[in-house]
Amino acid sequence: MRYLPKSPSERQEMLAAIGTRSVEELFKSIPEKFRLRAPLDLPGPLSEAEIIQYFQARAAENARGYVSFLGAGVYQHLRSVAADALIQRGEFLTSYTPYQAEFAQGTLTAIFEFQTLMCQITGQEVANASMYDGSTALTEAVLMAERLTGRRHVLVARSVHPEYRQVLTTYAKNLGLEIEEIGYTASGQLDRAALKPETLARTAAVVVQSPNFFGILEELPALAEVAHGSGALLVTAITEAVSLGIVRPPAEADIVAMEGQAFGIPPSYGGPYVGVIATREKFVRQMPGRLAGQTTDAAGNRGFVLTLATREQHIRREKATSNICTNEALYALAATIHLCLIGKEGLREQALQNLAKARFAQAELEKIPGVRRVFGGPTFNEFSLEFPRSVKMINAELLKEKIIGPFALGTQYPELTKRAVICVTETAPRAEIERFAVAVRRILERPV
Amino acid sequence: MNPKITDLETPIKNVGKARAHVSQNEGLIFEQSAPGKRGMELPPLDVPAVDPAKALGSEFTRAAIEGFPEVSEIEVIRHFTRLSTWNYAIDLGMYPLGSCTMKYNPRVNEFVARLDGLACEHPEQPAEVSQGCLRILHDLQKCLLSITGMDAATLQPAAGAQGELTGLLMIRAYLESQGNPRHKVLIPDSAHGTNPASVVIAGYEVQNIKSNSRGQIDTDHLREFVTDDVAALMLTNPSTLGVFEERIAEIAAILHERGALLYMDGANMNALAGVTRPGDFGVDVMHLNLHKTFSTPHGGGGPGAGPVLTKKILEPFLPVPVIVQKPDGTYALDHNRAKSVGRVRAFAGNFGVLLRALAYTLAYGSGIRQATEDAVLNANYIRKNLEPYFDLPYNLPSMHEVVFSDARQKAKGVNTMDIAKRLIDYGFHPYTTAFPLIVPGAMMIEPTESESKQECDLFIDAMRSIAAEADATPDLVKTAPHSTRVGRLDEVAAARKPILRWKPA
Repeated sequence: MRYLPKSPSERQEMLAAIGTRSVEELFKSIPEKFRLRAPLDLPGPLSEAEIIQYFQARAAENARGYVSFLGAGVYQHLRSVAADALIQRGEFLTSYTPYQAEFAQGTLTAIFEFQTLMCQITGQEVANASMYDGSTALTEAVLMAERLTGRRHVLVARSVHPEYRQVLTTYAKNLGLEIEEIGYTASGQLDRAALKPETLARTAAVVVQSPNFFGILEELPALAEVAHGSGALLVTAITEAVSLGIVRPPAEADIVAMEGQAFGIPPSYGGPYVGVIATREKFVRQMPGRLAGQTTDAAGNRGFVLTLATREQHIRREKATSNICTNEALYALAATIHLCLIGKEGLREQALQNLAKARFAQAELEKIPGVRRVFGGPTFNEFSLEFPRSVKMINAELLKEKIIGPFALGTQYPELTKRAVICVTETAPRAEIERFAVAVRRILERPV
Repeated sequence: MNPKITDLETPIKNVGKARAHVSQNEGLIFEQSAPGKRGMELPPLDVPAVDPAKALGSEFTRAAIEGFPEVSEIEVIRHFTRLSTWNYAIDLGMYPLGSCTMKYNPRVNEFVARLDGLACEHPEQPAEVSQGCLRILHDLQKCLLSITGMDAATLQPAAGAQGELTGLLMIRAYLESQGNPRHKVLIPDSAHGTNPASVVIAGYEVQNIKSNSRGQIDTDHLREFVTDDVAALMLTNPSTLGVFEERIAEIAAILHERGALLYMDGANMNALAGVTRPGDFGVDVMHLNLHKTFSTPHGGGGPGAGPVLTKKILEPFLPVPVIVQKPDGTYALDHNRAKSVGRVRAFAGNFGVLLRALAYTLAYGSGIRQATEDAVLNANYIRKNLEPYFDLPYNLPSMHEVVFSDARQKAKGVNTMDIAKRLIDYGFHPYTTAFPLIVPGAMMIEPTESESKQECDLFIDAMRSIAAEADATPDLVKTAPHSTRVGRLDEVAAARKPILRWKPA
């Protein structure tokens, strides 16, 4: 087998050195009756060429060659060849968590840069070395708010990504957290009138997403004021991180839970991505996840170590701030490299392109009779439209033209049937946007 | 080529595995930034530009981000390439971290994960254009079920610790359906720290149980603890000592008699694949760490994937969505499951990790047993060769890893961390230090199957040489490493006044 570096005679030599006759003897502590007698029922073994064939065949069964207008938490953005090449360097790809700092300064330095970039982008003071993804980062942010306030009530906007809310519900169920959902107004923003002072007074966190699931920007400074007035924290989820190239950062939030996939990480059917938690310096000891910090050696050389580990499970066990151990380091590195490449001007230009393309697409679609904007609030690269016929039918027809249509809201929001969230990023050429609009028009013009 | 102690009395010269070479200096990327540079250009905008202040309102916009990097492509390439050379990696040699299973990460897995048609698929795209992704997930589930002997699976958990939580939530939901979720989960003192941390998030109380003098579960002791209020025992098997729980069937029976379940932490599955199946020895629910046994790259700390495998009785409680094959042979995601514990992560899990694990499994097929045998052979070979030099606190048959202690070297004031740091000078990554907690001064060594006899021999030589140094020149060991860019870093200062981000001077 090509991955195993021993010859049969070397195996025999090693067995002889140990003083055993057969390898079977090395397994004698496993009770006889539990030892497998027959080979496992598994496909393979496959050569490298056969493995590639298998996966190429699977790729051909997917949406290769389709154009997509799906966002809903995962975004198609430009990626650079350089970033992908760098994360494939074995020294990054095949190294472990940097517990042995002297032999892992590469990873530690990159984490420190990641933490810095995440602070700059979110307007927060500290950011950790990564969480699994945006959904689990949001849940951990809420648990953190509970620890900080000692309160168990949580107000969550219904305009937060439905799957993020589902993850929060799963975790909250056994921890005695009460989750109360808050509706939205005609603008598509959180209904501030529904935030009652008597409820806020026992609330750990008000949880919003911006841009929210409908694509609308939330008024974070005003929400922070309301929350803080009653001793509650403002937790803000960000699923479309590229928005922060032009959108005001969530600096007033107490904890930001962000999905970093938009920073040069491929959609990859749901993961791996990179979650981020950023917060105020004074809250750092209640933060989950790893942190890299700057220090020096005896000679005064600058170096980086994992620090404040007394928050973590390998030291604190059941008293830890979280059970997280493995995080998404390689994709934090990918995001770091991507952001260094695209840089200050590039990130802004990319965000402006998203805004312009989305506005163009929206205008094209709104020309179609019966197609209307749903909400009045400001949007970035996603917007919600109402259609005169079922979105499911429209999407089924679009698929025949190799177009993956928008996210239909009806399943998650029964009151929003015939509405969908359309996402247009810088990767959609004008011609494809026009083809999409023409196709929608044609589908809607067909007799019922 | 064996190193001589005299060669090592000064900063490293030339030992069997390594010698010093020049390392490039490199500042932080922010320190190289200058206005007007950039490393990536976008295609020109082909629709009318929009003024953000007009489109969004000035209260919703920001100026360019202060302090954000402005560097060219070559600077980025050099910066991160230089950083990378400051790391050790599996691609450079043995990475004997016990419990971490640092094995070879096949390159073809990286290639297939990047194929057009796999890397760019959106998790919300319709099932009819996702059949390839769904089949990959379904095929992986079948392989994992075959290897573990379990009945049902979820691939959603993002890492081992999330797998633990998912398994515990399923246990809770099952016991609730029986009328009483119970309050306690038993955890041996040799367990990974994630176990107790996960128990708390699942809403249970941790009840720690002591290992016996053989580092194993004392079944008489266990009987006393297993009451009607115990939901489960979380057991790592082989244990963190690298030893198989010989009375595993009895342990399962004790739990099952009282209606409690057996959870297996599959972190050490690399000792078992192809040789025995947890499903056959009484395990009700377990997780696997695909970034350990199934070779997906650790990437400096992640990503991982922590699939959970269960027996039939827990199947109704699997997280949503569940991957199903329909009668017509097509695949779909089933969200409609009334008893599900819910969702633990958005979307279908770390698909890119899962597909690499499938590529690994396909490469071996049933030959995965050979990998397990080689892993156990390597650990025993290293054990045999180091036993004369280091204290072996538990003299039990080792499987994929061996745990020594620093007891002998302590006499000269040299501890496990010192020896670990000195290994760096010999060109090896340290073993796991100070874990498991039941061994004071633990030195936990897991070579994996990826090491040749020659690499094992170099490691043995290095360890023997360090043992001699610890005796003859203990200060040399206590001040190691001597060959790295930075010496031992001041961790106390780092924690006392944390500097967690770069700021402009």
